[in-house]
Amino acid sequence: MRFTHFLFLLYFLSFLNCKDEKLKIIKIEGQQIIISDSLILDGEIENFIKPFRDNIQKDLDSILAYSAGTYSKTDGELNTAVGNFMADAIYSEANPIFKSRTGHDIDMVIFNHGAIRSALNKGNVSKRTAFELMPFENTVVVIAIKGTQIDSLIDFLRTSKTAHPVSKLKLVLNQEFKIMEAKIKGKNIDKNRIYYVATSNYVYSGGDNMSFFKPNDSVYRLDYKIRNTLIDKFIKLDTIEPVIDDRFIQIK
Amino acid sequence: MKRRDFIQQASAGTALVTLGSLGLQSFTSLNNTTKITILHTNDVHSHIDTFEEGRNANKGGVARRASLIDSIRKENPNTLLLDAGDIFQGTPYFNYYGGELEFKLMSKLKYDAATIGNHDFDNGIDGLFAQLPHAKFQFISANYDFSNTIMDTQTKPYQVFQKNGIKIGVFGLGIELNGLVAPNMFKETKYLNPLEISQDMSRILKTEEKCDLIICLSHLGYNYRNSNKISDLSLAKATKDIDLIIGGHTHTFLPKPTIVKNSDNKNVLVNQVGCYGIYLGKIDFYFDSDKNKSANGTSIIV
Ligand SMILES: [Zn+2]
Repeated sequence: MRFTHFLFLLYFLSFLNCKDEKLKIIKIEGQQIIISDSLILDGEIENFIKPFRDNIQKDLDSILAYSAGTYSKTDGELNTAVGNFMADAIYSEANPIFKSRTGHDIDMVIFNHGAIRSALNKGNVSKRTAFELMPFENTVVVIAIKGTQIDSLIDFLRTSKTAHPVSKLKLVLNQEFKIMEAKIKGKNIDKNRIYYVATSNYVYSGGDNMSFFKPNDSVYRLDYKIRNTLIDKFIKLDTIEPVIDDRFIQIK
Repeated sequence: MKRRDFIQQASAGTALVTLGSLGLQSFTSLNNTTKITILHTNDVHSHIDTFEEGRNANKGGVARRASLIDSIRKENPNTLLLDAGDIFQGTPYFNYYGGELEFKLMSKLKYDAATIGNHDFDNGIDGLFAQLPHAKFQFISANYDFSNTIMDTQTKPYQVFQKNGIKIGVFGLGIELNGLVAPNMFKETKYLNPLEISQDMSRILKTEEKCDLIICLSHLGYNYRNSNKISDLSLAKATKDIDLIIGGHTHTFLPKPTIVKNSDNKNVLVNQVGCYGIYLGKIDFYFDSDKNKSANGTSIIV
């Protein structure tokens, strides 16, 4: 470009004031495009994913146990077979770890009914089953609370009328949802005692309105995923056959 | 004048000189309409494979999304690809590989930027940081202050992209983490007020960066009924100069983008595509010079 040409251009541009004449949006079109199977699979991407997928499948599908039936969290009123299985698994798998670290035993377990994300289906049970039941990365925490707070915990269960899974707690309500019996490990609740209650980090942080864990004496984070308590339980069992029992019931 | 702007204008001028015409008419008529395509996903939650069963059977999947994006880019190279957060958590891919594959695939799909969702802290802020080397795209967050954390300097409040001479400013917003994510996971990440930050960001992008298009990439959530909690809809109403809010978090499947009037009584588009990579959002912006603007303003076809 010759110099004169360049000058001319500058003059030309300032004359027209081109850039001040800002670009304007004249039309907008919006749409949501579905990713359907009519779209081609990108071969390179597919090949890149494959080894990751194969590795996971192999690990997930190795059979650990057998489930004698199909257990859903909607089967049962105030306690369910699948919820009982999970709460009991948290107790049996997490308690030895807690005891070895603190010298105490877990007194009871509670977590939220909503955390159970699928049914435990009849047939082979694998790691995949545990991922379906508990896809979240929730971990076990044990909280030391006073007997008076156990009363609030029980009151929460009483008023929520939901089959929130529990272990080592026995709670019987009458027709008016009043407490007829409340025991931990077969003993009456002592208001002055400290109880070690295991739950998920989600519940502890106030999830599903379970606010009875604060304030507390201490919190022990076990860094043990709830899903892994299930996997460890599956490994120990041949046949899984949980039942709806009388741990949390209403006498009608 | 910035060099790039000069080149843009000089080439337009050169064309004119060749034609030997100096009339205003011929200048504007030479300024062809430019189309900018914004593609977006949100809350993909580690859904890498196509759904095999359930109500979403045969939908989703990164390999199919890749071919779709490819064909859109071939049709219009002036395309940006954005994600509004919650990349992590939802399938065993995350549990086994911690987000490595998600980031690697997004890099292969040439994502330009992403903001951070609450679930992206699911392996803690350290878990997010550990996967950053696999991400060849920019993380954008204007209202998370990471300065006391390991993520310090790893994100930008906004990024300006240039496509065919058009400046596109994108800023990111995240949701309040307290109550949603355990404090030991997000550590000393500070949450700043999204409304105040948006006002700052839109001013910077409009007046300092002189952007032609301003996009907010948000993980605040589409709308909260009976609540003062800030959402994409309330943010759109309370701010100005934002053209498009791309949302996430609430997994809202909108049949079409929502049009909202902002504080200047101008239109803002709010869009979200549900979750799990079942849909790809596509918004096309057509630019022209002021002179070519039709009398009835911007037409929005959704
Ligand atoms: Zn999400």
